[in-house]
Amino acid sequence: MTFQPSDTPALVSIRGLSFSRSGRKIFDKIDLDIPRGKITAIMGPSGTGKTTLLKLIGGQLRPDSGTVRVDGINVHRLGLDELYALRKRMGMLFQSGALLTDLSVYENVAFPLREHTRLPESMIRTLVLMKLEAVGLRGARDLMPAQLSGGMARRVALARAIVLDPMMIMYDEPFTGQDPISMGVLVQLIHDLNHGLGLTSIVVSHDVQETASIADYVYLISDGKVVGRGTPAEVAQSDSPWIRQFMDGLPDGPVHFHYPSKDYASDLLGFVAN
Amino acid sequence: MHSKTIEVWVGIFVALGLASLFLLAMKVSNLSEFETGAEGYRITARFQNVGSLRARAAVSMGGVRIGRVTTVSFDKGSYEAVVEMRIDRQYDTLPSDTSASILTAGLLGEQYVGLTPGGSDDYLGEGGQIELTQSALVLEEVISRFLFNKAEGEGKSEDKSGKGK
Amino acid sequence: MNTVLKPFQLLGQSALVSVRKLGRAHLFILHVLTGLPGILARLHLLIVQMYSVGVLSILLIMISGLFVGMVLGLQGYYVLSDFGAEESLGVMVAASLVRELGPVVTALLFAGRAGSALTAEIGLMKATEQLSGMEMMAVDPVKRIIAPRFFAGAVSMPLLAALFSIIGVLGGYFVGVGLLGVDEGAFRSQMQANIDFDEDIVNGVIKSVVFGAVVTWIAVFEGYDAVPTSEGVSRATTRSVVYSAFAVLGCDFVLTALMFGKD
Repeated sequence: MTFQPSDTPALVSIRGLSFSRSGRKIFDKIDLDIPRGKITAIMGPSGTGKTTLLKLIGGQLRPDSGTVRVDGINVHRLGLDELYALRKRMGMLFQSGALLTDLSVYENVAFPLREHTRLPESMIRTLVLMKLEAVGLRGARDLMPAQLSGGMARRVALARAIVLDPMMIMYDEPFTGQDPISMGVLVQLIHDLNHGLGLTSIVVSHDVQETASIADYVYLISDGKVVGRGTPAEVAQSDSPWIRQFMDGLPDGPVHFHYPSKDYASDLLGFVAN
Repeated sequence: MHSKTIEVWVGIFVALGLASLFLLAMKVSNLSEFETGAEGYRITARFQNVGSLRARAAVSMGGVRIGRVTTVSFDKGSYEAVVEMRIDRQYDTLPSDTSASILTAGLLGEQYVGLTPGGSDDYLGEGGQIELTQSALVLEEVISRFLFNKAEGEGKSEDKSGKGK
Repeated sequence: MNTVLKPFQLLGQSALVSVRKLGRAHLFILHVLTGLPGILARLHLLIVQMYSVGVLSILLIMISGLFVGMVLGLQGYYVLSDFGAEESLGVMVAASLVRELGPVVTALLFAGRAGSALTAEIGLMKATEQLSGMEMMAVDPVKRIIAPRFFAGAVSMPLLAALFSIIGVLGGYFVGVGLLGVDEGAFRSQMQANIDFDEDIVNGVIKSVVFGAVVTWIAVFEGYDAVPTSEGVSRATTRSVVYSAFAVLGCDFVLTALMFGKD
C-alpha cells in the first residue's frame, strides 16, 4: 500500500466514491478534493446525501467502491483503534448539535478532554472556558442543553468540536432553521475559527447566500454526481442549468418540481372512467 | 445530583442487598447448623429397604437431630442398601448395639433415620457400623398384609360358623 | 400462484429478520463485555448507573416483596390448615420466595421499571444523534454508555432479589405468626431446618444473576437497535419489557428443571 505524503494540498481526497442505500444510488463515482486550511462548501438540493458524505469521510459508513483519504490515510482500511485515533483529529458539528442531554454545557465541552486525556482539572477548566469564550458562551457554562436555544446549542457543540484542536471540522447544515442573527454569528464563527486556528472546514449546506459568503471553494452535488465546482464567483457565473436552478432558487429546472407520476388527465379521470 | 450523595446511596443499596443475602443465609436457611455438623464421625448401617431416604436426611435419637445422612448407596454383593451417616462430634456416647430404623416425620413427611440406644458399654466411633436395623415401611406391603390378614380372619370365622351348622 | 406463495415468503422474511436480530444481539453483548476492563478502571460510571437502576428500584421491590410475602402467608395458611400442617408455613413462604418468587417477580418488576427506562434512554440518545456524535468524538458509545448500564443491571438484580425475599419472609411472618396465630418457634425452626443453603439460597441467587444479565441485555440492546424515531423508541420500549418477560419465565423453567429436579 503506497502512502501519499501528508502535506498534499488536499486534506481530504475522494476518488471514485460510490454509495447506495435501499437500492438508491446516492453517490456515483464522484471525485472530490478538500484543500487544506480553506473553507469548502458542499451544496445541493435536500436529500442528495450531503450528510451521508460527511459520514463516509468520518468512517461511520462504508462506500460500495472508491476511496476516501484523510491526510493521506485511507479511512476505510483502518482498524477500530486507528479509526478512533483519526477521529480525534476531526471535529464534527451535527445538525442538532448532538449535545449529551444529561450533562451541562461545561461538562459537554469538557467531555472529549475527560475521555481522551488525563489533564488535571485546572487545565480542563482553562481549555473549556477558552473554547466557550471563542463561541461567546462562557457565561452559559452551567446551563443544561434543554435550556439552550437551537443556535446556542450549536455554538456549544462547536466549542466541543474544537476542544481537542482538530485539524478539520465538518459542519452538517449549520445554518438550517436559524434566525438571521444566529446565522450571522455562526457564519462569523466558522470563518474566524478556520482562519484563526488554521483549520480546514467542510460546510454542508443548502443555504446558498450564507455559505457562499465564507466559502473559498464550492462543490455542487445533485443526483449523486458533482455538477459544479469552483470558487463562489466562478459558480455564480456558471451557465450550467443545474447550477443556475440551485443558485437562483428556481422552482423548476433540472431538478423537477413534479415527483415522477403518470399523466395528469388520465389520473384525474381514471377512477371515474374505470 | 451531587456525586457524593449518589455514591452514598449506592453504598447503602449494596449493603442492604448483601445484608439481605446474609440474613437469608443465616436466619432462613440451615447454614448455621450445617457448619457445626461438618465435623463429626462417620458410621454406617445396612438396610433391606431404605424407602425414600435421601442424603442430607436427619439422623435423630430421642427426637433430637444428632447428625445427617451423607450417602445412600447399594451393595451389589450383599444386595443391601448402605446408609452412611455423619454424627455430630459431641454425641460420642452411642452404644455399639444401637439400632437404627427408617421412620417418617409426620404423616406425609420425609423419611429420617431414628436411632435407639442399646445397652452395651462400648461406644460407636469413626467407621462404626450399626448392626440392628429396621427397614422403611413400604405402604403397599402394609396394605397388602392388612388385606391378607383380614381375608384370612374372615375365612376362619366362616369356617367356624360353617362347622356349627 | 403468487398469492399462495406470499404467506410463506413473509414467514421466511420475518424468520430471517429475527435470526439477523438475534445475531446482532449476540455480537452486541460481546462488544459490551469487552467494556468490562474500562468499567473497572472508572467505577464511577458504574456507580452512577447503579443508582438509577438499583437504588431507585428499592422502594418498588420492598413494597412488592412485602405484599407478596403477606399473601403467601395468608394463602399458605389456608392451604396448610386443611392438612393440619400450619406449622410448616415458614418453610412454605421461605421456599416459595427464595427459590421462585424472589428471583422471578423481582426480574419482572425490574424489567418493567428499570429495563424500560434503559431502553427509552438509549433509544432517545440514538434518535438525537448523541451516540453518533460520541462516535465522531472517538468515544465508543458501547463502552462508555451501554456497558456501565449493563453491568449495573446485572449486579443490582441479585441484590434486589435478596431484598425482595427477605422482606417477603418478614411479611409472611407478620401475617402468619402475628395475625393468624401460627407458632413463632415452629415458623422459624421448620424454616431453618428445611431451607437448604446450597440448594435453595444459592440456586435462587444464581437465578437472579442470570435474570439480571438477561433482562438488562434485552433492555440495552432494544434501545441500541431501536428505529431512531419517537414511534421506534416507543415500540422498542414495549418490546424490551415483553421479551424480558418471556426470557425470564423461559429461563426460570430451564433453571428450575436443572436445579431442583430430583436426582
